[in-house]
Amino acid sequence: MEKLLEIKNLYVNYKTDEAVVHALNGFTLDVYKGETLGLVGETGAGKTTMCLSTLRLLPEDIGEVVSGSIKYNDIDIMKASKNQMRQLRGAEISMIFQDPMTSLNPIMTVGEQIREVLDLHYPDMPPKKRDTRVDDIMKLVGILPERKDQYPHQFSGGMKQRIVIAMALVSEPKLLLADEPTTALDVTIQAQILELMKALKESFNSSMVLVTHDLGIVAEFCDNVAVVYAGSVIERGSIEQVFSRVKNHPYTDGLFNCIPDLTSEAKRLTPIPGYMADASNLPKGCKFADRCVRCREKCKETEPELQEVDKGHFIKCWYADERSGET
Amino acid sequence: MKKGQMELVWIRFRKNKLAMLGLIVMVLLMTVCLSAPLWLDYSKVTTQSIINAYQAPGGGHIFGTDQFGRDLFARIIYGGRISLFSGLITIGIAFVVGVAMGGTAGYFGGVVDTVIMRFCDILMSVPGVLLSMTIVAALGQGLVKMLIALSVAQIPRQARTVRAAVMTLRGQEFIEAAKCCGTGNTRILLKHIIPNVLGPLVISVMSGLGGTILSIASLGFLGIGIAPPTPEWGTIISENQASLMYYPFLGIIPGLCIMIAVLSLNFIGDGLRDALDPKQKN
Repeated sequence: MEKLLEIKNLYVNYKTDEAVVHALNGFTLDVYKGETLGLVGETGAGKTTMCLSTLRLLPEDIGEVVSGSIKYNDIDIMKASKNQMRQLRGAEISMIFQDPMTSLNPIMTVGEQIREVLDLHYPDMPPKKRDTRVDDIMKLVGILPERKDQYPHQFSGGMKQRIVIAMALVSEPKLLLADEPTTALDVTIQAQILELMKALKESFNSSMVLVTHDLGIVAEFCDNVAVVYAGSVIERGSIEQVFSRVKNHPYTDGLFNCIPDLTSEAKRLTPIPGYMADASNLPKGCKFADRCVRCREKCKETEPELQEVDKGHFIKCWYADERSGET
Repeated sequence: MKKGQMELVWIRFRKNKLAMLGLIVMVLLMTVCLSAPLWLDYSKVTTQSIINAYQAPGGGHIFGTDQFGRDLFARIIYGGRISLFSGLITIGIAFVVGVAMGGTAGYFGGVVDTVIMRFCDILMSVPGVLLSMTIVAALGQGLVKMLIALSVAQIPRQARTVRAAVMTLRGQEFIEAAKCCGTGNTRILLKHIIPNVLGPLVISVMSGLGGTILSIASLGFLGIGIAPPTPEWGTIISENQASLMYYPFLGIIPGLCIMIAVLSLNFIGDGLRDALDPKQKN
């Protein structure tokens, strides 16, 4: 398969007055054409930072890419001109935000907001055609095109998220970065929205990176999964490889142990002990060492590389082949 | 359902009785003043007739006559032309420049912000009327110069309002979302930020307009605004200063005009602010 997005050894820092926060530490991730990749990790693991870096929209003066490279197709994102980036954003790479309540402009009609993407990227398209495109995409996301002259406050949360999705998809982007698109929605709407995104993604043959906390969502909607911990990918593989639990990173293992299992007799879930490493004061060796059941001397000294344990299954652990005790 | 936005604003505006009153009074004032040349000869403003001096309101002269026997009604109407329209032009200039300055400062922040806002701070640290007086003194008397002077005094206020509003908007997610769609800075400012700022801006412009009309009158009263014999509300009061003790109507009538104009503008401003807020449910 062809690579669409290639992030290599990316280091991103956030500089605040008190400390330098190492948000991404050697983040390496490839996204292939047509793939749906689930990006899982705790709050603060660097998932959103990765999305923003890809669009080069890290907060100015605070966020800074220290080293590493991001390549989209043949374009080097780090070296692209401002103009080139503007052409990419929205047209080639789209992002869906977490909170549909705040990501729409309150005083523009939703139709106008969807249409703006077309206005920006297809100035040559006849206005009539742009209008039909807006109508079409609204139908696709399940909102009556007659409602395009209404304002965001006249829609419910789920509908707003559909509009945000319509905005992201109207230009048929090649890569869709969905940053927790369903977190702000209730569970019944969640399934609908994800189903919709998957269908649309397939009809446009684009790739999608689905950022989420929810392993259930990943299992259901993604082809592959990447687990992020303390600013780097610690495991990547197909859903089968990761969810079969034959070989896992100890952190992924810990995540699975936190999912209630109806068939097991366990009285309590087994949480991962401790907290995520302080991003402003990272340990020298493996970032997960402090909380890891497999931790040995070596882990505290040197950081492991991502290594391929099976074809297409990568784990960043010295002892990737071991199983940690199951519960 | 498919009503234009302006129509909705109008429906909401109509519900506000005070604002409607203000609007009606303002429209009346403006039409009367604007159409004055059609039905009221300008010669009435300037014709003196000492025998008829200090006539009380009523009779041949609706508002009476002043010390030179000039018809006060004609002077008030023609004076209103200058007061109201200078006010509009002044606030128009201040609006455009203020939005440009405040928008740029608030959106880009950093050095740009510091330079623009410190400049505004300097302007604001001088009382408005005093600043206008200084500028008029430097440039010389005249309508255009007075307009410039008054706009300069108004700009910092508008710029501040815009800047504050822009700064709260800048961090909002829909701005970030717009950036993600590949929208450029200029377009974000003009299409996403400025329209969102219009609400607070309308009220500041409307009260600014009231304030400007007051300033014009003050300058006129101080004798450095519109030069007599051209009538202007403030100038009229000033001309009749000496006789106010004995013929108070000469001060009360132009004073009332100023008050009514400013008050209606403030009511309209309040009404517009409420009506423009799309989040307001009816």
